[in-house]
Amino acid sequence: MQKDVKRLSLILLFTPFALWILLLIIIPHMGMVVLSLREKVAPRVYEYGLGNYIDFINEPIYWNTLLRTGSMSLLVTVLALLIGFPIAYYIAKIAGNRTRGALFLLCLVPLWVSDLIRAFGWILLLRETGVISSVLQWSGLVHEPIEFLYNDVTVIIGLVYTVILFMIVPLVSTLDGMDNAMIEAGYNLGGSGPTVLRRIIIPYAMPGIVSGCIVVFMLTAGSYLTPILLGGKNSSWFTEQIYDQFITRFNWESGAAFGFLLLVFTSFVVWLGLKITGQTLANTVARS
Amino acid sequence: MRLKATLATLLAATILSTASMAQAETLRLLTWGSYAPDELVKKFEAENPDIKVEVTFSNNEEMIAKLRATGGAGFDLAQPSHDRIYAAQLEYDIYKALDLSKINTDAMEKSLLDGVKANTTIDGGVYAVPHQWGTSGLMADKSKAPDLKSWSDLCDPKYKGKTSMRLKRTILLGTAFAMGHDPFAAYSDLDKYQSILDEVVDKLIVCKDNIKAYWKGGDDLSAMMLSGEIVGSETWDSTAYKLYAENPNIVFVPPTTGALAWIDTFAIPRKGKADDAAYKWINFVLQPENVTIMSGSTGAIAAVKGGLDLLPADKKAAVNASFTPADIDNLKFFANIPPGVEDMEGKALEKIKASTGG
Repeated sequence: MQKDVKRLSLILLFTPFALWILLLIIIPHMGMVVLSLREKVAPRVYEYGLGNYIDFINEPIYWNTLLRTGSMSLLVTVLALLIGFPIAYYIAKIAGNRTRGALFLLCLVPLWVSDLIRAFGWILLLRETGVISSVLQWSGLVHEPIEFLYNDVTVIIGLVYTVILFMIVPLVSTLDGMDNAMIEAGYNLGGSGPTVLRRIIIPYAMPGIVSGCIVVFMLTAGSYLTPILLGGKNSSWFTEQIYDQFITRFNWESGAAFGFLLLVFTSFVVWLGLKITGQTLANTVARS
Repeated sequence: MRLKATLATLLAATILSTASMAQAETLRLLTWGSYAPDELVKKFEAENPDIKVEVTFSNNEEMIAKLRATGGAGFDLAQPSHDRIYAAQLEYDIYKALDLSKINTDAMEKSLLDGVKANTTIDGGVYAVPHQWGTSGLMADKSKAPDLKSWSDLCDPKYKGKTSMRLKRTILLGTAFAMGHDPFAAYSDLDKYQSILDEVVDKLIVCKDNIKAYWKGGDDLSAMMLSGEIVGSETWDSTAYKLYAENPNIVFVPPTTGALAWIDTFAIPRKGKADDAAYKWINFVLQPENVTIMSGSTGAIAAVKGGLDLLPADKKAAVNASFTPADIDNLKFFANIPPGVEDMEGKALEKIKASTGG
């Protein structure tokens, strides 16, 4: 009887999650795969085949954009980690109890504003007639208006700003669980600052680092608004290609193939990252 | 017994309320931003108390994508441009033929009506009638770029870093015209069209260095133009007219090879559920007093007889500042997009976007 109740509650608790995964993730993706295998041969006539994937391989523009998106996303992930780690460490370990809450809240506040508004915020700051350019001119440092917008650096800044929170939150929660005594012990045993960081803090924070990096990388590679709005003439982003295929070219088949390729590619990068750093999902993310 | 009685009353009440709800018809309008001003929607609902209007703002590509996703369900009236009916209907079967007897076609400008009919007739059925028309062309700040007159002037090194365009098919077609081709005539011979496109792509790749940024919507274009960051751009005429109201130096310039003209239409989605309400809306916005309100909001000219005169005064001034009668004669109406062209143009645009500039 007791056992049945337990099982029932397990099933009840698990059902929403299973339904969510099945209905919103697995089934749509299967639909995408099926769609991506269709080729249009004439109006309203379709055949099954690998044509859309072959097109992708044969057209350097497409895979260049995918590689570009991947490498820029990696850069964003690294930057977010480098900037986010000290912040998270400060919040979790150095700040007092009361400031900690306030600091954490300050990190969360930007998330209350939509992505679009945040991107427009950057546009107002960085454009040729924008705040920064005007201040520089007013202060006499430069004599001509400067355009900061529409280049890859801006895209990276914008993306780091958008996703850094997703790096800080898991880092704070893992670092929070770390006993201060461990750091003290490190110093007592003669370790220098860098040694303590390398041998004690980072290994302890590894679950947070790995999950933060995965989330940030996936979010960046799949982001649409920020690269589109801040990017310049030459900056194409893979999600933009997918949008173009679906919407402006009415080519759902190849759009679906692109979407699936993006998923495979990002999953592969995550897998590769875990392999290279010698981590597994089981002993990092699952523990964080 | 009491319970049964209560249940019965409840049931009856539910049936009654659903019945009265069913009577209030909903007109789901899929249209362009500013094509359904609040003022008109309220007026229409006041005249037809049993119809409620729901508006979804979109653009050509998204309208077709939305209707394609549902096979033409979810909306009762759509407003794609005239060149987006024929191929979309052949490929995806998303519209239904119109019953012209229910539309006050006498009010419409005959040449536009005939043009749209000719472009959208499939197997004897007419799939669209015109609503508003306007052009795509150039916009220039007269005080800074008085000589900007042709599509190719956007690539003039004189204006380096001071021009903009939207990376869409309009600029491909405009540039083709400026290079002395007639892309619309080449639609029937896709190999020839491809060779024109290749030339255009080369030209626009070299031109890339001259462009400040590709604009994506009316708002970022307006911001760049008003702030003086750019002095000229490819544009929709309505955007230029809006800016003219704020800075009379900014005018719409019909390119020497002719401004490209589009006509936004009325088309009824295949699985639309409120055809009568849709026809009522079409006839409603054809009434002269409503035309003025509509044009004031859209900045485009209504496809009705004397549409130009029915423009609000400020818009009329902007049009007169831009067009001479010769320019009007020189308009190039977008030709139907045959199957396959979308893909060719898409690839051309990708090449331009992906290249690292001249």
